[in-house]
Amino acid sequence: MKTILTLVAAITLIFSFGIAGAAETLNGAGASFPYPVYSAWGYNYNKATGIRLNYQSIGSGGGVRQIINRTVDFGASDAPLKPEKLEKENLMQFPAVIGGVVPVFNLPGIEPGAIKLTSNALCKVLLGDITYWDNKDIKKLNPDVPLKHKKITVVRRSDGSGTTAIFTTYLSQVCPEWKEKVGAGKAVKWPVGIGGKGNEGVANYVQKVKNSIGYVEFAYAKQNKLSYLRLENAAGNFVKPSFESFQDAAASGDFDPSKHFYLWLTNAPGKNAWPISGATFILLAKEKKESNPKVVKFFDWAFKNGDDTAKRLVYVPLPEPLKNKVRKYWKSQGIY
Amino acid sequence: MPVLFKKNPIDVAFSIITGLASLSVLVFIIGILYVLFTESSPAIEKFGVMKFLTSTDWDPVRESFGAATSLYGTAVATAIALFIAIPVAIGIAVFITEISPDFLKSPIGIAIELLAAIPSIIYGMWGLFVLVPIMADYIEPALQSTLGKIPLIGILFEGTPMGIDLLTAGIILSIMIIPFTASISRDAFNLTPEIVKESAYALGATKWEVVKNVVIPYSKLGVFGGIVLSLGRALGETMAVAFVLGNNHQITTSLLDAAATITVTLANEFTEADSDIYLASLFYLALILFVMSFITLAIAKFFLLRAERRFTR
Repeated sequence: MKTILTLVAAITLIFSFGIAGAAETLNGAGASFPYPVYSAWGYNYNKATGIRLNYQSIGSGGGVRQIINRTVDFGASDAPLKPEKLEKENLMQFPAVIGGVVPVFNLPGIEPGAIKLTSNALCKVLLGDITYWDNKDIKKLNPDVPLKHKKITVVRRSDGSGTTAIFTTYLSQVCPEWKEKVGAGKAVKWPVGIGGKGNEGVANYVQKVKNSIGYVEFAYAKQNKLSYLRLENAAGNFVKPSFESFQDAAASGDFDPSKHFYLWLTNAPGKNAWPISGATFILLAKEKKESNPKVVKFFDWAFKNGDDTAKRLVYVPLPEPLKNKVRKYWKSQGIY
Repeated sequence: MPVLFKKNPIDVAFSIITGLASLSVLVFIIGILYVLFTESSPAIEKFGVMKFLTSTDWDPVRESFGAATSLYGTAVATAIALFIAIPVAIGIAVFITEISPDFLKSPIGIAIELLAAIPSIIYGMWGLFVLVPIMADYIEPALQSTLGKIPLIGILFEGTPMGIDLLTAGIILSIMIIPFTASISRDAFNLTPEIVKESAYALGATKWEVVKNVVIPYSKLGVFGGIVLSLGRALGETMAVAFVLGNNHQITTSLLDAAATITVTLANEFTEADSDIYLASLFYLALILFVMSFITLAIAKFFLLRAERRFTR
């Protein structure tokens, strides 16, 4: 009997904590790409304020579905929603952090960043028009690199993903043939190649398969020490992926608060801008007057205190002017 | 029988409870079928049955979907798995029941059961990190330079050996289903009456002849049931295959090419499927797999029942 009583007491205690905690919890769901940085911010925020962040990385599509169904305090998506769609679903949207997609390759004996590609050449490789590394288009761009006659294996995502959405949006912008044949989306019908599950799957396949080319989020390229390409950007310069080139893309992008910041950051005009950049977005339900200020408070705190954490995790924080633009947007919506 | 129930109310309660428990299975199956059907109805309306089954298009951007590529991958990976697993599994069963010395029987039996207990994701990781490099560097080039040179069979081994392909997926699957066929075959072999075997030995038959002419014919229905159960398992396997198959919606003649199966497509694309018809098409794929597995397992059960009836008679 005594053990049963202890058990009941213990369970009551646990549940009462659960209830007490529930009042101080922010619930979010969506994109898996920013999950590491959101959870690191959430951890620090909890230490600073006692408010807990419960973020479920179920994918951008899932995040959009959840906020439309109003089951979470905020949704997260790597692909921005169009202003019309936001109006229809009565949602708000703002960017939280910047990331970039990086084409990576595995060519034995060739240095990272040694290979330059124009957007046109990259597009041809992914369409299956260029099938060997010593193709004349690639050789012309890289006269000093000893390219061998090896077949190119394209590695891409097999699961639907925001990374793919950013990458294919870029390809559709710079390459009419891609737009016509494949198009842009979280999942597309790839003309060639093999599919890895998640960023880690693609990183793994690229490491395993010689003479392959793939694309991953910047963080995965860095952590796995994959060799990246240099790409030609809209200004005509060959740039390599770095914090600076992402920052330049973010700074030159025209984020418009009246359109709820709807913008694909791909092919940004900045001189040193990395062409395949993208912001990841937070979605709020307009009528949730109570929880919205709490969510905004969290992101405001993260904008002020979270830049170092983000950089340590290889994410690019929003540039200061953009942060202020977002704050103005919050004010105009009456939640800041 | 009815007299018994009248006597003891506990028996009545017991039979009602167990009856309800069994009925709940039917409710679940019908419930799942109902959900799959209603969720996939937009896709069924848009693509029809035959068109969906035969279309090789899987294009989320243009919202045009077909199941043929996934069906092809599922069928080929399963076929390779069975092709490798059946002889090995029957060999294991024969060894354990007829040939092995007693002290080896239980260690091998336990090892087989452990093989069945390893979670599939671990097979997937082992496959990607250990088997894939071996396949890419040694086995597949070797296959290309031997079998690949033979006309007709050669087309099965064309392409770049990367190790991320149907053949590797089939091999991993075969390891995963061996325990099922092996343990059911072992049980079936054990049901062969000793007296029949002893009579055969008394007539001067060798061990090989006893296995070939007495044990296997006597238990072939049981073995067949075991094979079909493995088939069901292979059809539904997801994570292990997702790691090593390359997840590509295409139909190719070569076994060294990437492909996609129904389960892998579902696991990969479900979370980010944002248009209604995309989601409905995934549910449609699930419905097809459900019906396929249901038919397979029904066949297995049919054979197992027939085998049992024969032994108990």
